[in-house]
Amino acid sequence: MEKKQCQCGHLNPPGTVLCEVCGRSLTEKEQKSKLVDMRYEGTARRSQTYNKSIIDKVWNFFSSVKVGVSLIVLLLVAAAIGTILPQKAYIPATTAEEIKAYYADVYGSVGRVYHFLGFHDMYSSFWFILLVGLLAISLIVASLDRFVPLYRSLKNQRVLRHISFMNKQRIFADGPGAEDTMQKAEEKLKELKYKVTTDKNGLLAEKGRFSRWGPYVNHIGLIIFLFGVMLRMMPGFYVDESLWLREGETRAIPEAPGYSLENKGFQMETYTGEDDEAVFNEAIDRVGSVAKNYQTDIVLYQKPEDSLPGAADLEKVKESSIRVNEPLKFDGYAIYQMDFRLDELKAMRFELTNKESEESLGELTIDLINPEKTYDLGNGAAVKLLGYYPDFSGFENGEPQTATPLPNNPGFLVEMTTPETPDGETSFITIKNTVEPFGENQYKLAFQAAETRDVSGLTIRKDRTLPILGLGGLIFMIGVAQGMYFNHRRFWIQQKADGEIILAGHTNKNWFGLKKDLDQVTEYASLPAYVDQQEEIEKAEKLESEEQS
Amino acid sequence: MSLTDLSGNLLYVAFFAYLIGAIVFGGAVKGNKERTSEGSFKSESRWGNIAFAITILGFLANLGYFFTRWGATGHAPLSNMFEFTTAFGMTLVAGFIVIYAIYKTPIVGMVVLPVALLIIAFASMFPSEVSPLIPALQSNWLAIHVSTVVLAEGVLAISAAAGLIYLLKVVDLNKKSKQRFWLEAIMYSLILVIGFVVASSYFSLTGYESEFAYVDKEGKNAEITYHMPAIFGMHQYEQLNEDKMTPLMETPAVVNAGKLTTVMWSLIVGTIIYWLIRLIARRRIAAIFKPFVKNVNLQLMDEIGYRAVIIGFPLFSLGALIFAMIWAQIAWSRFWGWDPKEVWALVTWLFYAAYLHLRLGKGWHGEKSAWLGVVGFAIIMFNLVAVNLIIAGLHSYA
Repeated sequence: MEKKQCQCGHLNPPGTVLCEVCGRSLTEKEQKSKLVDMRYEGTARRSQTYNKSIIDKVWNFFSSVKVGVSLIVLLLVAAAIGTILPQKAYIPATTAEEIKAYYADVYGSVGRVYHFLGFHDMYSSFWFILLVGLLAISLIVASLDRFVPLYRSLKNQRVLRHISFMNKQRIFADGPGAEDTMQKAEEKLKELKYKVTTDKNGLLAEKGRFSRWGPYVNHIGLIIFLFGVMLRMMPGFYVDESLWLREGETRAIPEAPGYSLENKGFQMETYTGEDDEAVFNEAIDRVGSVAKNYQTDIVLYQKPEDSLPGAADLEKVKESSIRVNEPLKFDGYAIYQMDFRLDELKAMRFELTNKESEESLGELTIDLINPEKTYDLGNGAAVKLLGYYPDFSGFENGEPQTATPLPNNPGFLVEMTTPETPDGETSFITIKNTVEPFGENQYKLAFQAAETRDVSGLTIRKDRTLPILGLGGLIFMIGVAQGMYFNHRRFWIQQKADGEIILAGHTNKNWFGLKKDLDQVTEYASLPAYVDQQEEIEKAEKLESEEQS
Repeated sequence: MSLTDLSGNLLYVAFFAYLIGAIVFGGAVKGNKERTSEGSFKSESRWGNIAFAITILGFLANLGYFFTRWGATGHAPLSNMFEFTTAFGMTLVAGFIVIYAIYKTPIVGMVVLPVALLIIAFASMFPSEVSPLIPALQSNWLAIHVSTVVLAEGVLAISAAAGLIYLLKVVDLNKKSKQRFWLEAIMYSLILVIGFVVASSYFSLTGYESEFAYVDKEGKNAEITYHMPAIFGMHQYEQLNEDKMTPLMETPAVVNAGKLTTVMWSLIVGTIIYWLIRLIARRRIAAIFKPFVKNVNLQLMDEIGYRAVIIGFPLFSLGALIFAMIWAQIAWSRFWGWDPKEVWALVTWLFYAAYLHLRLGKGWHGEKSAWLGVVGFAIIMFNLVAVNLIIAGLHSYA
């Protein structure tokens, strides 16, 4: 395509609608219309100019509002579909098989179809992410397509415009003026906080140009946000681990090298309805009980920097408590109170007794997390732990099995040796019963007591992208406010040699506000009365249609 | 009188003030026969201002309710279905007050106040006693996040009200059309809310209770108390009281038949009310409102609808996404988790983003814009009602 030469002599880039210098209409369509289209100042937008190569076509596709809105709507619909049934992250199943079975069992054929289509994992599905990606591209392309020419044009504005530009503005005035009209208009416009530039017999008054950048600024904010989200996939930017910490335990914090955490105690409180809480009695009675606090008291330790590898020395960093809404923060990490298990079995105490005489040979306490191999009770009596099954779930091929490593239902395969039975007697003990696989024993381990403790479920997070996301959000909000709550108002005024005044006004929104400004200037500087040509056209159309009917 | 009782009474005052305000606004619009020299209607502005004063009084009482309840509980009354929905009614009125102060449009009051009344009545069907905060809600972000959201939704709802008025005027009710159908569908769904309120109030005043044992979706035994005669029975239900209605059909375990029964009763009662009104008035509900919108300035309604979105959208972005993410990061360790409520906040946001692009980029003004405003409100109501009550998630506090 060729550059367009205007009658004024200026050479405009291909695709320009209104001459960059004088404002004359360069296209036939524009010449015929009653009002000029000022949306992008009549500049050449790439998408409206080229449509030859593949690149042009791709560019034009993404710069279209229609495509952008379609992508928004597709994303909106997909997001909504993902809420029809719970996402896989919220169901009590973990393996792929279990998840599939869960949807089929609980939701029947609907669930099966939902799972088959991949809607159970909508938001990490490749096509959902693709949609977000396409929208991001659309954001960038559409913004560049409009911003670049608009910026150029507004930066190089000329004061004097051709009459055909002026009289096709929505606000237009034409009439005799006094000698000091221009000077007075300038004074008043400056008083109204307009930036005024003059050139020969004309002036350009402008206010709030920055509001034109609003849409592009908020799009930049969104792109920064999406970029931050993308960064999370890079290693090192994002940590999400969980840690079950038993009361009294100290463990290394996963993904936080050098740090350890001790659980000094977990507490759960419910509202009592007493004293200050009496006002809540009715609600507490209705629902039974309401949780008030989940809290883990902790000590944070750090390995000193000069510590030798493998050494167990720890330095106390701080002692505090983690509550819901009050995570522990250190060194870019945050640890959250997320879950708990009350009264997990800690240890069990048994007594080795002679079944007949009920004579005791001593007691032993088995730690259910770190059991010992042998418990020597003295006087020749000992209990050997042949096998330990923390979460006993039954026998398979005669072998005892454990479902999980958690001591929910401990089972012990023990060999008891006493002076009377030096060869040892074997017994399999669970909480509910005792099996004696090799015939009747003389001795038994009688259960005495169990110790329990609570377990805190903690989540460890580190998210270095948060500042980026925050920045994106902030820029978005600034852009939205900039574009929505401010507007770009301009007046072009010229006085011809015979004293005649020509005036044109434009704003990107809020014409009411523009007219209010102009009324003041008109009164002060005795400008000719202006007309709102848009309203005139609408009135004329209305009259016409009424006459026809 | 305790602070809690005072708070409840103030809400009653607000409710009745809005009711009277709505009626007077209706009278103001209907009685506008003579024009003044400036072209506005004399009786409209006089009665409109009286109605506006009543609305302001109601709103002050409503604020009184809000802050006395805050005082009584020690936390912002935005923590459950009753409190949030009541606040939504209040912000809707707040939005209207601002709009009226600028544009002096009684017709908007005639539409907004009844909707606000419906919303507050709907809210009071939920348990309304003051309740303590669970640990996840114990944060200053409760007040910051939820109040911004509820304010944004109140303002966005104004856009729907302006849109509805626009549609009532422009849609031709004498010819069969899609527009006519959907406009009537809007009126019908508003009446369904009345159906819900009437059915709930009736059965709760008569103290209806019926107990069932059933098997839930995890296969465990559970019990449920119906407060309405059971139309649908829970999965493998067993009736525990003999003299009460036996369910007509049993539902699969994933369906909460208790809630479905409530929905069904609302539908039945609402439909009866709808047809009663239609039979008595002998025309569509939308047609009843036609005479009221005769003198509506369409351009002004379009302007109000757009203004509301311009104010509501940034507020919504701030409250429902940005503040929400900050709090989610503090309370739940992640700023975003695709919880249904979060997703629907995103859906709402995307919808209004599309609205703005269509309006600014594609020139969707007037009727198209009005329909979009109404659809936006439908999405907000879906997020409030369906997502809280039907789709279970972290936000289901009611």
